[in-house]
Amino acid sequence: MSSPLLTVSGLTKGYRRTGKTIAAVDGISFHIEPGETLALAGPSGSGKSTIGRLMLRLIEPDAGHIEFEGGDFLSLNGAALRARRARLQMVFQDPLAAFNPRATVARVLDDPLRIHGITSRRERPRRIAALLERVGLSADLVARAIHEISGGQRQRIAIARAIATNPSLIVLDEAVSALDVSVRGQILQLLLDLQREERIAYLFISHDLGVISAIAHRIAILDAGRIAESGNARTVIDAPQSAIGKALVAAAPKLNRTSVRDAS
Amino acid sequence: MSPLCRFLRTPEAVAGAIILVALFAMALTAPLFFPRDPQAIAGPALLPPFQDWSLPLGTDRLGRDVTAELFHGARTSLAVGLAAAAAALVIGAVVGTLAGFAGGLVDEMLMRITDAFQTVPSFLLALAFVSVVGPSLGVVVAAIALGAWTGPARVARAEVLSIRERDFVAGARVIGMHPLEIAFREVLPNALPPVLALSSVIVAAAILTEAALSFLGLGDPNRVTWGGMIAEGRTVLRTAPFLSIVPGIALVLTVLGVYLAGEGVVETTAVRRSLS
Ligand SMILES: Nc1ncnc2c1ncn2[C@@H]1O[C@H](COP(=O)(O)OP(=O)(O)OP(=O)(O)O)[C@@H](O)[C@H]1O
Ligand SMILES: [Mg+2]
Repeated sequence: MSSPLLTVSGLTKGYRRTGKTIAAVDGISFHIEPGETLALAGPSGSGKSTIGRLMLRLIEPDAGHIEFEGGDFLSLNGAALRARRARLQMVFQDPLAAFNPRATVARVLDDPLRIHGITSRRERPRRIAALLERVGLSADLVARAIHEISGGQRQRIAIARAIATNPSLIVLDEAVSALDVSVRGQILQLLLDLQREERIAYLFISHDLGVISAIAHRIAILDAGRIAESGNARTVIDAPQSAIGKALVAAAPKLNRTSVRDAS
Repeated sequence: MSPLCRFLRTPEAVAGAIILVALFAMALTAPLFFPRDPQAIAGPALLPPFQDWSLPLGTDRLGRDVTAELFHGARTSLAVGLAAAAAALVIGAVVGTLAGFAGGLVDEMLMRITDAFQTVPSFLLALAFVSVVGPSLGVVVAAIALGAWTGPARVARAEVLSIRERDFVAGARVIGMHPLEIAFREVLPNALPPVLALSSVIVAAAILTEAALSFLGLGDPNRVTWGGMIAEGRTVLRTAPFLSIVPGIALVLTVLGVYLAGEGVVETTAVRRSLS
């Protein structure tokens, strides 16, 4: 068997609050295979976003290991880390906050291509147009400012930026939560298509079990910084074993019913 | 309503803008109307204003044309004021951005340096600097900037501290952008508006400081300055008060104009920002 794309072990991160340290992430271990989607679910404050930010070295863990593409990801620094970032990307929840308010679509997509030397300067406009087409957008959007396009278009741009450097893993932190239901379905379909064609793995952070069951192969349910249970996404969602898993599943159908009613 | 419309509906702002336009016109046309060296003798000494229409504002103790001096002095005041303010804003923005973005030891160090500069009165600093290095236009600009960059640095740092926590900065790190590029290309431009809002006050203060230095004889000796004219006129204050009053009025109007126009710009753009 091939080795996993990503192996996380014993990841721990605490925040000091009024003197005592509370563990936002408490000895988490998991792995992701190439081309696989692992969902992280759990109630608010259970540490999902913290794990995502740890994975991208936006914050540093107190303890633990992250092995990515066969190398120690936590030992990388400076230029070596920046170069490695090409392979590990992220899509944020709020597609407006994720971009410089002054940016244009062209600049947002040009940056990763330039920084990682993906294509020569002359070739970049063509590459940018191809990326836009890849995420289902018209190439006419390049000249627009980020604040001049819709939320759904913006999230597609965020995905285009993430895939610009041919990553093997993308962390998606509530990437579809801010979108309305119809757009959400399209974005999920785009993610599924990209995964099928490019074998990109996803760490899909969400509190919405409906969305998770549509996209994830495996799921890990977090509770207060620990993994309460994990396994095949279908199996766990159909028959949760942990108390927190049962609670999440019990809450989910109600949400689904209301959303169906709203749509009709 | 566009910001320009709103600007034009504010009487103070319009008054300020008119003064500034007149001042720039004076500065730009000085070599055209008064191509001769303004420090050359043009007529009898101490000719009062409005006597001879070829010398409308009269002449000074040495018979130099006051009108020509006033026009050429506008050049110096504007050049020094704008250059010193620009230098102060650039230094302040860079220092503040580095401090706020780097954090930790770098922040600590840069802010202690800022404190040190801020505790020394800026006029004393300028005075000491020019006395040591010697008066010339560049030195005067540097001396004034030296005392004026701390305000912009503090404002920039405070702004950067809040901006660096935003998602788009995390996004820039995720795509592997170099920290310096993040600081100066992603963060700094977004931190600029409140820093630039300081510019009218800084330009006005710089013009005043330049006049004060010239008054004390520490201006560039090869250039006419309003401060220098006031100092010259002081010796004959009783017999020919206009020699001090004319450049004094010019100075007051200039500072007022810069301030009013600057405030007008800040007001009208601030309204736009709070509306959007
Ligand atoms: N910068 C921080 N400083 C202090 N505590 C923090 C910080 N960031 C997160 N925490 C705490 O860590 C815990 C986990 O937060 P995290 O954002 O990872 O939760 P989450 O699972 O993403 O929640 P949500 O579903 O609401 O996004 C929470 O208790 C939170 O208050
Ligand atoms: Mg979160």
